[in-house]
Amino acid sequence: MSREYENDGALHAKLIEEVLSHYPDKAAKRRKKHLNVAKSGNEAGGESEVLSECDVKSNIKSIPGVMTIRGCAYAGSKGVVWGPVKDMVHISHGPVGCGQYSWSQRRNYYVGTTGVDTFGTMQFTSDFQEKDIVFGGDKKLEQIIDEIEVLFPLNNGITVQSECPIGLIGDDTEAVSRKKTKEYDKTIVPVRCEGFRGVSQSLGHHIANDAIRDWVFDKKDVKFEAGPYDVNVIGDYNIGGDAWASRILLEEIGLRVVGNWSGDATLAEIERAPKAKLNLIHCYRSMNYICRHMEEKYGVAWMEYNFFGPSQIEASLRNIAKHFGPEIEEKTEKVIAKYRPLVDTVIAKYLSRLEGNTVMLYVGGLRPRHVVTAYEDLGMVIVGTGYEFAHSDDYQRTGHYVKNGTLIYDDVTGYELEKFIEGIRPNLVGSGIKEKYPVQKMGIPFRQMHSWDYSGPYHGYDGFAIFARDVDLAINNPVWDLFHAPWKRSRGDERAMAAE
Amino acid sequence: MPQSAEKILDHAPLFREPEYRKMLAEKKLNFECPHPDEIVSDQRDFTQTWEYREKNLARKALVVNPAKACQPLGAVFAAAGFERTMSFVHGSQGCVAYYRSHLSRHFKEPAAAVSSSMTEDAAVFGGLKNMVDGLANTYQLYDPKMIAVSTTCMAEVIGDDLHSFIQNAKDEDSVPRDFDVPFAHTPAFVGSHVDGYDNMVKGILEHFWKGQERTQVEGAINIIPGFDGFCVGNNRELKRLLDVMGVSYTFIQDASDQFDTPSDGEYRMYDGGTKINEVKKALNAEATLSLQHHNTRKTLGYCEEVGQATASFHYPLGVQATDEFLMEVAAISGKEIPEAIRLERGRLVDAMADSQSWLHGKKYAIYGDPDFVHAMARFVMETGGEPTHCLATNGTSAWEADLKKLLASSPFGKAAQVWAGKDLWALRSLLFTEPVDLLIGNSYGKYLERDTGTPLIRLMFPIFDRHHHHRFALFGYQGALRVLTTILDKIFDKLDRETSETGVTDYSYDLTR
Repeated sequence: MSREYENDGALHAKLIEEVLSHYPDKAAKRRKKHLNVAKSGNEAGGESEVLSECDVKSNIKSIPGVMTIRGCAYAGSKGVVWGPVKDMVHISHGPVGCGQYSWSQRRNYYVGTTGVDTFGTMQFTSDFQEKDIVFGGDKKLEQIIDEIEVLFPLNNGITVQSECPIGLIGDDTEAVSRKKTKEYDKTIVPVRCEGFRGVSQSLGHHIANDAIRDWVFDKKDVKFEAGPYDVNVIGDYNIGGDAWASRILLEEIGLRVVGNWSGDATLAEIERAPKAKLNLIHCYRSMNYICRHMEEKYGVAWMEYNFFGPSQIEASLRNIAKHFGPEIEEKTEKVIAKYRPLVDTVIAKYLSRLEGNTVMLYVGGLRPRHVVTAYEDLGMVIVGTGYEFAHSDDYQRTGHYVKNGTLIYDDVTGYELEKFIEGIRPNLVGSGIKEKYPVQKMGIPFRQMHSWDYSGPYHGYDGFAIFARDVDLAINNPVWDLFHAPWKRSRGDERAMAAE
Repeated sequence: MPQSAEKILDHAPLFREPEYRKMLAEKKLNFECPHPDEIVSDQRDFTQTWEYREKNLARKALVVNPAKACQPLGAVFAAAGFERTMSFVHGSQGCVAYYRSHLSRHFKEPAAAVSSSMTEDAAVFGGLKNMVDGLANTYQLYDPKMIAVSTTCMAEVIGDDLHSFIQNAKDEDSVPRDFDVPFAHTPAFVGSHVDGYDNMVKGILEHFWKGQERTQVEGAINIIPGFDGFCVGNNRELKRLLDVMGVSYTFIQDASDQFDTPSDGEYRMYDGGTKINEVKKALNAEATLSLQHHNTRKTLGYCEEVGQATASFHYPLGVQATDEFLMEVAAISGKEIPEAIRLERGRLVDAMADSQSWLHGKKYAIYGDPDFVHAMARFVMETGGEPTHCLATNGTSAWEADLKKLLASSPFGKAAQVWAGKDLWALRSLLFTEPVDLLIGNSYGKYLERDTGTPLIRLMFPIFDRHHHHRFALFGYQGALRVLTTILDKIFDKLDRETSETGVTDYSYDLTR
């Protein structure tokens, strides 16, 4: 249910001008290229899919000292791509901090006996000391791998996630990995995701993808009987169980999900992926690289899909089904029909409570566009959106989602985001933990859109119901009406609504 | 279909529904290539043995589930305790995203800090340009009164020199020449967050005190609280006690307001903190007291260098630790401890006496930052409990020696063991082989609670999965009362849970305890 609306492009252009005026000239010049207002593209109207053009510079270095919200390559590799592979031990190789701060924070759900055959919510670190910096850490890494084999013998492999110092002191983690792979006959993957590489998490995703290509594929004789409806789900990290709420639908329409990358994944699921018929990619930004590789090398086709909100779910299911022919298509229609009453009752319950509420988003590399229609399904309006680490192809795709006049901000700074929110006063902001509390202090409801604010899943039909509930409880909570002491100011209109 | 609009199930109940259980079981069976169940359960049982413990404790290189973070986190926390101060961390930018997230997740508050965003080219050529541009941007955008510079390990490995970089930036007019830019080198591969705190506070004091003449003000006291996730409750409680005593004091570093800003429609990027003028004047204090000895060694050393008397404590929590702190303050300030405080003390002791039968002989495992572990062990012994395992991943041999001395001083500490430098995976083995009644630590301890069944009490940074505990004091007699109540609640809740099966344990489920 795509809603027709247009945003106040003039206001947004003015806000951009205002924030830029506060920067030193050099920084203003650079930041200007990252901020824009979505304009009606030439194709708008004609080519029904493209709604606007969101033309900004992206995937370039952040400016020092401005409070970028971005992370690093290590976060992209260990935190996003590799970390969720549950039956492998992921060593945060370097000082203790990186592993500590990222320990158990992404909510990549899995089932297993943690510490015995699965290791997802554990922090393995080489805890570098000064002597390791001075003399190098390769010997220590060997010893660490030996100790892992003694204490965690049921691990099915190890990855070495390099932190900043590793690349700077010239350690050869590849040599150590090769040596130990031979010694233990086990997959050991060195990942060169030092935090100073690239400009954001994004290069870490790419490096992690390349490590799968170079250190996992074709290394073992994979015994697996392929079937005609085998698919991999790529780029679903099972945050709050997203991948499970997706898998249940794909299985219902008759497909066999033989690998999930990488939420709740085992190494076996990664290894067999090239045998599947189709790669279904959810987070395009973090895993398109390996999909392209599998297409080139193994002839596995890939297809983007979107399981946020019923409009996108239905469109995606039909698209996926088309790939497999009438039998699957028929089942798909049945599945869509089966869930339609759930969707209708969820929308009936929440539409009147949420309709017309405005939303600003700032997330990573996919969700700033992917979740747009889910909000619109609930009658809400997206007034601004932006990415931490998108590339130009992401902004191109964003044009398929956002309306004319939408404020677009790439690699937004703390200052800009605060001023944009102040100027627009949306009814809801969806972003990360660092943004949550400043926004809430301003009296504006907020949901974390990385971790689902400890809720979820948000994917699939089951997830949409939870998403709708969460958006409602954020916006309609009575606390927002209590901000002003009554002796200071007369109370405004109260907007809270009790949960139904 | 498990989901319905009437009763929306999120992850916790949703995946317990039969459709999902079946799906997950089939996923495991058909696609995960798991080890056979028997091998997994054998290995799980093996991890609970003395044999596994010995292998586990014999580890030399691998660290698993450590209870410590890296230096710059401590530096960022420290800087947050000064008036309108922005942390500027020189090095890779991802680190700063991590510190901010980590602090926000604990305090449920904003945590501002900026990075100089060094990338590969800066690794080759050094980060001077990043410092010059970065300071200019921070100064102009965020209107700070002071910018406190620390470093990530990247900048440390390539050897960037903060002193000359900051000078260069001033030469290039990034910030006015007289603008305060104290700094501290905070390599992540040395020590832990508590050392980062120490280095940053020392860096700030040096910045303001170096070359200044000191005129001692008798009876004036500086207080350095140390890295403390409970600073919000603790600092306020301590100030209350000092105000009741009428002491002239200055907190050097106080993040209690910064990490507890009100919700009234305004986002305060900066709130509270030690005023710059107070920091300057603090040079003249007669004495500087550190509330966390192992957390402030360098800073205290510097205070001695400038001529101040110093004294340090191990997190003043519990009866005797609070007594000692107050008596020291009384001695330096010349102020008496008023009757009102003596009554408070008496009320705490009264509460302990009321509950002693439930606490006597209880065994504890305690982990966390060095001074906290010291304090908790001491308080546990005051209640008749036994601190069986005392563990600090960032504990030094000096800490170990101090703590052993304390434990030897009480019959309740005779069987206690001190584990300096060990991690929580080691503690797992200790809890299986030498079990205790209660575990005191932080949120990471929940995995130990799950694996070993030892009830966890969260009293230490970071606490991510429970809200607002840090807003209440642990310090002083009032704080001890809260700690006492928290421990007792845990004991009573467990006893009720274990005796609540109708038709089986109708006995023991007592109304009055």
